[in-house]
Amino acid sequence: MLWLACPRCGRRPLDEFTFGGERRPVPDWITDPDERDFDDVWIFENPDGVTTERWFHTAGCRRWLTVRRDTSTDTVVEVVA
Amino acid sequence: MSAYTDTLPEIRWPDAPKSSYDVVIIGGGGHGLSTAYYLATRHGITNVAVLEADYIASGNTGRNTTIIRANYGIPEAIHFYQHSLELYQGLEAETGAEILFQTKGIFWVAHTEMAMRTERARCLMNTACGAKTFMVGPAELKELVPQVDLTGGGRYPVLGASHHIEGATARHDRVAWAFAAGASRHGVEIHQHTPVTGLLRDGDRVVGVETARGPIAAGVVLSAVGGRVTAMAAKAGVRLPVRTHPLHAFVTDDYAQGFGPILASTELACYVSQTERGQILIGAEFDSQPSYSRQSSFAALRSYSYKITRLLPFLRDLRILRTWAGICDISADYSPIMSATGVDGFLVTTGWGTWGFKAIPAGGEGMAELIATGRPSSFIAPFTLDRFRRDHVLADQGSAGTR
Repeated sequence: MLWLACPRCGRRPLDEFTFGGERRPVPDWITDPDERDFDDVWIFENPDGVTTERWFHTAGCRRWLTVRRDTSTDTVVEVVA
Repeated sequence: MSAYTDTLPEIRWPDAPKSSYDVVIIGGGGHGLSTAYYLATRHGITNVAVLEADYIASGNTGRNTTIIRANYGIPEAIHFYQHSLELYQGLEAETGAEILFQTKGIFWVAHTEMAMRTERARCLMNTACGAKTFMVGPAELKELVPQVDLTGGGRYPVLGASHHIEGATARHDRVAWAFAAGASRHGVEIHQHTPVTGLLRDGDRVVGVETARGPIAAGVVLSAVGGRVTAMAAKAGVRLPVRTHPLHAFVTDDYAQGFGPILASTELACYVSQTERGQILIGAEFDSQPSYSRQSSFAALRSYSYKITRLLPFLRDLRILRTWAGICDISADYSPIMSATGVDGFLVTTGWGTWGFKAIPAGGEGMAELIATGRPSSFIAPFTLDRFRRDHVLADQGSAGTR
C-alpha cells in the first residue's frame, strides 16, 4: 500500500497520512461491563482479512478518514468517508 | 562452504505424527523448538511434538536481524534478556552445534540531548540490573567505529552513544537447527508441513489439535505461533492484546569484513551489522498499519537507505542484494507474553514483536519450566497474559529499537 485516495484531496502518497488504529465495536457476546471496558482498552481484533480503521490526513486536509483495508494483502478495499 | 555445511547438526525427521503426545507445540520457530529442547533436556519430558506449518525457522526466526542484546529499559526485561544472552553464550558448548555466535558490542547512537538523556538512563538501569552498558563520547565512538559520520550528514549529528559491550549476533537458522537437533536427539518429534487447523476441545479444556494430517491428542498445547497467533488463540476462546505488523529488512552484496560492531539509532529507527558472509544487514521500523503481507516496498527501502547513509556514508557505494519482511506480533505494551491463558491445557508464548530472536533460549527455558512444573520461573513470571487485567503492564517501547 503506497497511496490512499482522500475524498477531499484525491490520490495522495501514504507518507502524508497517519494510521489511527483499528475501529471496532466490542463484540456483543461480551456482556459484563468491566469485561467490555477491558476488551475496549486492550484487545485487538487483528484480523487476517478486511478491517475497518481510521487514518488522519496529516499533511493534507487534516481530517479523519474511515478506510476498509484487506490486511492479508495490505490493499485498500474502500474509503468510506 | 564445506566447513559451513560440515558443522550442520543432524535432525531426525519422523514419518507420520502419532495420535497422542504429552505436549504439542504449535510452531517450529525458535521459541517452539527451544521449548521442546528444554522440556527434553531439563525436565525429561520427551513425548513432545513440534508441529510446523511450513519448514522450521521459515517464519520470523529466519527473517530477523539476528541481534542478541540485553540493554532494555525496565528491570523485568533486563533480567530476562540478560539471562537469554548468557544462555546464548553457552549454547554452542551445551548443544554441540555451531551457531556462529559472535560478541560484537552494540552502539546505540544519540542525535539529540533528549536521546542522550535516554541513553544515559539506559546505562544506569542496565548497570543496576546486571547488563554491561556504558556511555561513550563522539571521539571514542569514532575511534571504535571509524566508518561513522559524526555530523550525521549535517542532519543527524552524533552527540554520543551507549555501548552495550556484550551485544552479539548469531546465525538465525543455525540457532533453530541447534535446538531442533538437540530436541530430536532426545526423542522429540518435529513434523514439518503440518499446519494446525483447529484445536480439540473437551468442554473448556484444550485436549489436542486438529491438523492437516489428522487429529492429535495432547496433555498440553503450547501456541508458539508467530504472525497468525490472534487467530490461533481465538480457536481456544482467548483474546490477545496483539497487533501484527510487517517489518522490513535488507542486505547488501557480500563485502570484505570491516564493520565490526552493531550500530543502532532509535531516532533513525535503523540498526546495522555485517554478517559472517560479509553482507551489511540493515533492519528498520515496522509499518504503522497492521498487515500480514510480506511484501517489501520501495518506499520503505528508500527511506531506510536515506537515513542509514547519513550515519554511515560508506554504505552509499554498496548495492542492495535482497529485501524481505517478517510479520511481527506487537503486544500492547511492547513486552512479550509467556503465560497460561485461563483455558486449561492451552498456553501461549507470543507478543515477540521485534525482540523474539534474542529471547529464544530464555523464552524456551521459561516455557518448558512452566509446562513441566506449572509455575513460572522468576525470569518469565512478570510476562503473564493477565498483567493487562491486573494493570501491571510492562511498557518498554523505547527498548525495541524500532517503532
